[in-house]
Amino acid sequence: MNLWIRLIIYLLAGPIVGGLLVGWDRRISARMQSRLGPPILQPFYDVWKLWQKQNLVARRPQNLYIVLFLLLVIFSGALFFAGSDLLLVIFALTLGAIFFVLGAYTASSPYSFIGAERELIQMMAYEPLVLLTPIGMYVVTKSFSVHDIANHGSLLVLALPGVFLGFLYALVIKFRKSPFDLSSSHHAHQELVRGITTEFSARTLALIEVAHWYEIVFLLGWVYLFFASRPLLGVCASLGAFLFVIFVDNVFARLKWPAAIRSSWAVALVLGFGNILVLSLLQG
Amino acid sequence: MAPLPPLLILLPFAAGACLLCVRSDALRRILVAMVTLVVCAATVLLAVRPAAIPNFRVSINRHWLDLGTLAVEVAMALYVIYVGVRAKRPLIVAIMLAQAVLMVWFECSYGSHIEIARNLFIDNFAVIMALINGVVGGAIFLYALDYMRQYHQSAHPEFADRRPFFFALLFIFMGAMFGLVFANNLIWLFLFWEITTLCSFLLIGYTQTDEARNNALRALVMNLAGGLAFAAAIVWFYRKTGSIELQTLIASRQSLVLLPAALLCFAGITKAAQMPFSSWLLGAMVAPTPVSALLHSSTMVKAGVYLILRLAPVVAHTRVGLLVALVGGVTFVIGSLAAITTSEAKRVLAYSTVANLGLIVLCGGLGTAEAVWAGILLIIFHAVAKCLLFLCVGVVEHKLHSRDIEAMSGLIVKMPQVAVMMLVGMAGMFLAPFGMLISKWAVLKAVVDASPMLTVFIVFGSSATLFFWAKWMGKLLQVTESSERIGNELGAGEFIAIYGLSIATFLACLFFPLISSRLIEPYVLSVYGQSGSFSHGNLVIMGLMMAIVLLFPISFVNYGRRANIIKTVGPYLGGANLPGIERFAGSGGVAQNVTMQNYYLRELLNEAWLSRWGAVSCAMLLTGMVVVACL
Repeated sequence: MNLWIRLIIYLLAGPIVGGLLVGWDRRISARMQSRLGPPILQPFYDVWKLWQKQNLVARRPQNLYIVLFLLLVIFSGALFFAGSDLLLVIFALTLGAIFFVLGAYTASSPYSFIGAERELIQMMAYEPLVLLTPIGMYVVTKSFSVHDIANHGSLLVLALPGVFLGFLYALVIKFRKSPFDLSSSHHAHQELVRGITTEFSARTLALIEVAHWYEIVFLLGWVYLFFASRPLLGVCASLGAFLFVIFVDNVFARLKWPAAIRSSWAVALVLGFGNILVLSLLQG
Repeated sequence: MAPLPPLLILLPFAAGACLLCVRSDALRRILVAMVTLVVCAATVLLAVRPAAIPNFRVSINRHWLDLGTLAVEVAMALYVIYVGVRAKRPLIVAIMLAQAVLMVWFECSYGSHIEIARNLFIDNFAVIMALINGVVGGAIFLYALDYMRQYHQSAHPEFADRRPFFFALLFIFMGAMFGLVFANNLIWLFLFWEITTLCSFLLIGYTQTDEARNNALRALVMNLAGGLAFAAAIVWFYRKTGSIELQTLIASRQSLVLLPAALLCFAGITKAAQMPFSSWLLGAMVAPTPVSALLHSSTMVKAGVYLILRLAPVVAHTRVGLLVALVGGVTFVIGSLAAITTSEAKRVLAYSTVANLGLIVLCGGLGTAEAVWAGILLIIFHAVAKCLLFLCVGVVEHKLHSRDIEAMSGLIVKMPQVAVMMLVGMAGMFLAPFGMLISKWAVLKAVVDASPMLTVFIVFGSSATLFFWAKWMGKLLQVTESSERIGNELGAGEFIAIYGLSIATFLACLFFPLISSRLIEPYVLSVYGQSGSFSHGNLVIMGLMMAIVLLFPISFVNYGRRANIIKTVGPYLGGANLPGIERFAGSGGVAQNVTMQNYYLRELLNEAWLSRWGAVSCAMLLTGMVVVACL
């Protein structure tokens, strides 16, 4: 497919697919909790409603950070679907996430402050897992480019089972799902209030939501990459991964931050690095 | 063109000697500014036309030159022994004696037989180091003029004003660093190496408090240990090959020169403050800020990594190289983790230096073309960004009378210029598309190709790096108490240095393809016959990211306007907000103040524990390295 067509599809369809996935997430979660749940289109209604609200801020510059955050999330997704270097994708995504955190710091409320600190802890927790993924893929395919990896022809997950499980672990942290919803809780009536997004309202909050939709799509695209040689299997695996994250979210209670770092670094070391170690020893 | 390197070495020494006699502040300002300008211009000239430099010879009577070198060495040895005796440190005396006896014996018994084709040499790597030394060092000197005046007049009137001595040492330090990068004769290299050791000892002990004295002595003893290894390497190398030229050493067969190369790497590791020797650099921050900036960015530690990267082709693909790389890797991870646990700004910077140098040492140990290319990139970007950060912290320390990061909250309102420059420096240290991240990316690619197992250090170290920089950035942006802008943030010299370095941080990213293709790649090509580089497409993407980052200053322009579209309200505090900036009525109507403190993860990470185990493991690796080299 032409590069530009692919990019336009991502830019237009990305938020729609992401929003629908979030709608399903809420519906499935509700069913798991014996509730009926909102309509599938509820996330879109929410964003639409947020867009009409009055924009309140605690500190003036805070909203610009969110615009940059959204831009960079879209940008890193575009890099990914354009088939560029996986490491670059990670760097762009990290830069975006840092802007999000700095926005929360700028807001200067104690709840957004704690949310920002904890978001950084979560980043520190998942970063090794996320970085080990392209390294593992490089060891197998000898390339960092998404294009080359997708066209490699072998089922990467067979060579990289540990790295794949590690990536799923990172996905739970990245999506801020229980047990790792440390930086932002979905319901603002807890000790954390709303965490990192406490002081964002109206359009800005809507932008954060849209950024999240893009993020979901492109991180699931990343899951697909492990199965790229069998497209159908890949799509199923991506949706399966999303269901897995929802399931985990509903089964666990929130853990404390030391558990997040300890466990994810242990997973990165044992599963992720162990996998790469075995591979490179086999390749000799 | 031809006499530029000797000029660059001699001019700072001469300027240092003059400054020792200058008591007037005005005269000192003029002299320092002029010499700095000349040195900067000369190094830039070298960098712009590296191809035009012909090979040159120094045609001074060799006999007198050798005698002079020996005399300086003996004089320094006597002084160090005197220091050791006065401070009752037998270790210093012992190491110095061993080193001096070895060198004097060597020069007396072999000195007249040694054939040396060239005492000095120049290539692109030397030019890069000279450029960093001249430009970054020059910025520090200009900054030091204002800083030291304030230091003695308002900040620390209790210390004796020894500014003539201070500036003389700064210039001698710079001269020695030029000597170090241009020297081909290992005895000269060693002489300059020892001068930097001695200068750093004197500068760290500048204030002459007990703490300063102790830390200076610690720096001395560790660097002398490296010096001893250096001396042993020279003797061994000569006995094996009959040469004392650096170029010959690099071009020699591995098996023949592995031991001297290992000993020189050891010397480099002490100077680059790798574990277990990192404590000297952490202790060095008792000195005035320009000294820290100098030690951390353009001289001293960079001398250590310079030597290791020079030797990279010799140790490549050997067990010695692997062990050197492991020392660097372990230091990178431990240094990054330790930086999380401390709230003292200079200490965070010091740990970050130790960690980043670890990454460079890792590259040197791997020794492949790609790794060396990435290592040189790291040297350049680290020097600029780290120097900027030190200079900013120095200014903040003088204005706020604290170097605690917690005290910097709201700096964006109190000192907007310095805060923005600090943010630039920090972004330069860890965010895409700035220099350090480009280099880390290059390192990661080099390491994956050479040995995928070593990526584990980079992966974990980088994650920790992200945490401690980002929370510091956040602290500067977070405004909780109503605070006034502090007038008169910067003096003239400080202004030039800090603005110049921030612009350099951007320019280094924009012109990085040029720096790489004009300076770094030719060097790596000449040594390895191949080189690392970035593909054109990735550079375009980095450019796009830079464009997005450059949107960021809009947030400052927008500040305070458009009041009718976006409404400002008090933040949510879990109670009724009270007038004033962050207070609320808690239960029972009691007014509560809001305070926010960064996380230091001390429940998880213990600084002392990290340092101890880092030191133990690196000491074991280093012992292993020497043993392996002997076998």
